[in-house]
Amino acid sequence: MAIFKKPILRPRIGKTREMPEGLWTKCPSCGEVIHNLALSENLHVCPKCSHHFTLGSRERIASLVDPDTFEEIDAPLDSVDVLGFKAVSTYTDRLASYKKKTGLIDAIVTGTGKISGHSLGIGVMDFHFLAATLGSVVGEKVTRVIELATERRMPVVLVCASGGARMYEGVLSLMQLAKTSGALARHAQAKLPYIAVLTNPTTAGVMASYASLGDIIIAEPKSMIGFAGPRVIRETTHQTLPSDFQTAEFLEKHGLIDLIVHRAKMRSTLGDLLGYFSTK
Amino acid sequence: MNIQPLEFEQPILELEQKLNDLKRRLSERNIDLTSEVGQMQKKIEATRREIYTNLTAWQRVQIARHTARPFFLDYIQQAFTDFVELKGDRLFGDDASMPCGLARIGGIRCAVIGQQKGRDVKENLLRNFGSPHPEGYRKALRVMRIAEKFGFPVVTLIDTPGAYPGVGAEERHIAEAIAVNIREMMVLRTPVVAVVIGEGGSGGALGIGVADRVLMLENAYYSVISPEGCAAILWKHRKHAPEAAEALKLDAAGLLEMGLIDGIVPEPLGGAHRDPTVAAANLQTAVLAALRDILEIPVEKLLAQRYDKFRKMGVFQE
Repeated sequence: MAIFKKPILRPRIGKTREMPEGLWTKCPSCGEVIHNLALSENLHVCPKCSHHFTLGSRERIASLVDPDTFEEIDAPLDSVDVLGFKAVSTYTDRLASYKKKTGLIDAIVTGTGKISGHSLGIGVMDFHFLAATLGSVVGEKVTRVIELATERRMPVVLVCASGGARMYEGVLSLMQLAKTSGALARHAQAKLPYIAVLTNPTTAGVMASYASLGDIIIAEPKSMIGFAGPRVIRETTHQTLPSDFQTAEFLEKHGLIDLIVHRAKMRSTLGDLLGYFSTK
Repeated sequence: MNIQPLEFEQPILELEQKLNDLKRRLSERNIDLTSEVGQMQKKIEATRREIYTNLTAWQRVQIARHTARPFFLDYIQQAFTDFVELKGDRLFGDDASMPCGLARIGGIRCAVIGQQKGRDVKENLLRNFGSPHPEGYRKALRVMRIAEKFGFPVVTLIDTPGAYPGVGAEERHIAEAIAVNIREMMVLRTPVVAVVIGEGGSGGALGIGVADRVLMLENAYYSVISPEGCAAILWKHRKHAPEAAEALKLDAAGLLEMGLIDGIVPEPLGGAHRDPTVAAANLQTAVLAALRDILEIPVEKLLAQRYDKFRKMGVFQE
């Protein structure tokens, strides 16, 4: 019999790696632990590996639009639980909890402003709010900013991110694809430029409407972009998916994306492009 | 055709079986019970009416997916004449899940576009279960351009579980193909009528569904996501599909009430598959009425009305 008992070794998962909440963020791509202040100053891009974290709509606008030129429109537009949707939780509850969590009213901020001196209509989707799903409010705000730009003869930039149409609103959400695409048709007929900026992730209903309709389509590096979810594709087709499937790089190779632009270069790239289209 | 009964049709089936037994015994023993037989028939009729006039959303989804239900090419045969199929998107290939062509309806020449499902494995392999690839949408737009150029109206018959989720479809940008169709249909300078004849599966349906008049067959459904898909996400299990179908308000009556479609085409009692000839006649009448409504409208006015119709869709507070 042994004198000493064999020690039981257990990894202390979750204990050793515990970090004070809200101070540090671990990069999911390279594992680097980044101070949140540093991350925020770096436009939420990992300083080590350039992983692009989700960026909130307000910070995005601040990073793109010339200082003091942004004027928000349609800020109070608020979603309505038109179907009285009740699944595991209700739509009303979901809306309330996301409003509380994000301080936003819905999943997009729209307005007018200038980029490198060029006036434009801009909309920025916010993935933090209910996966930036496209419902009546997002559809209406996108349509209004496009219509306003058409009226004032301005270009439009839409920064997209979305999990797709908002199922809680049924076919009403599907019809936002028609509404927004229709507004873009008129904007295009007026010979005005539209630039779509796709960020991680841009999928489904938003891809099947305004995200795919840019005169120029820009994507942030490594963004997941596609129509159907990879799990659905795997289950339906029993195919093995390419390793880079539905990434910005994959879609650049397959001819959908004009250019992939690092977040730090986005403002200057948009400014340059708008310069080409500007008649002034 | 031998029609496979649905689960909720069981009570009717049982009564019919009883009636058959009764009739057989009567003929064997040579007794006259005409009044009993008559009563039984009345009871069957009443049960049928009771079931079919109180269908739940989920039951309608099952009828809409019934393999005996008339498909696009059945309507082409019965409600249209002189169909000539036009194949290929002139870019990559032909998509047999979305036949397109020229035809006449009630003597009016038109371009017709629709998704086609199969009834058996072989047909379904050809038709890809009615789930188009990007080529289907691009071919559809090509044919719509022909209609626009020569001043024909466009009639689309929608019947798809959804656009195809596959590697090739993503590589060739299925979402872009749908988006372009949606945008271009909004400004297509010719009248468009769309009818959801079976399944109106989300973007895959809307990709040929932007129209001056959008109609739905009584038991068709139109949804942003399949009830199963919705249940898997919001209820965490596909078995909740019946609740999801109810919650999504995907049936014709619900959508008409919300102003998202323009009319309902009645079906024979129990569904279009119970009497395909009547179903086709109803479809023809409805499409012709819709066409007559819009054919004479000057194109600029037609486009303004089309835009305004979709522009108004959305419910929010300000």
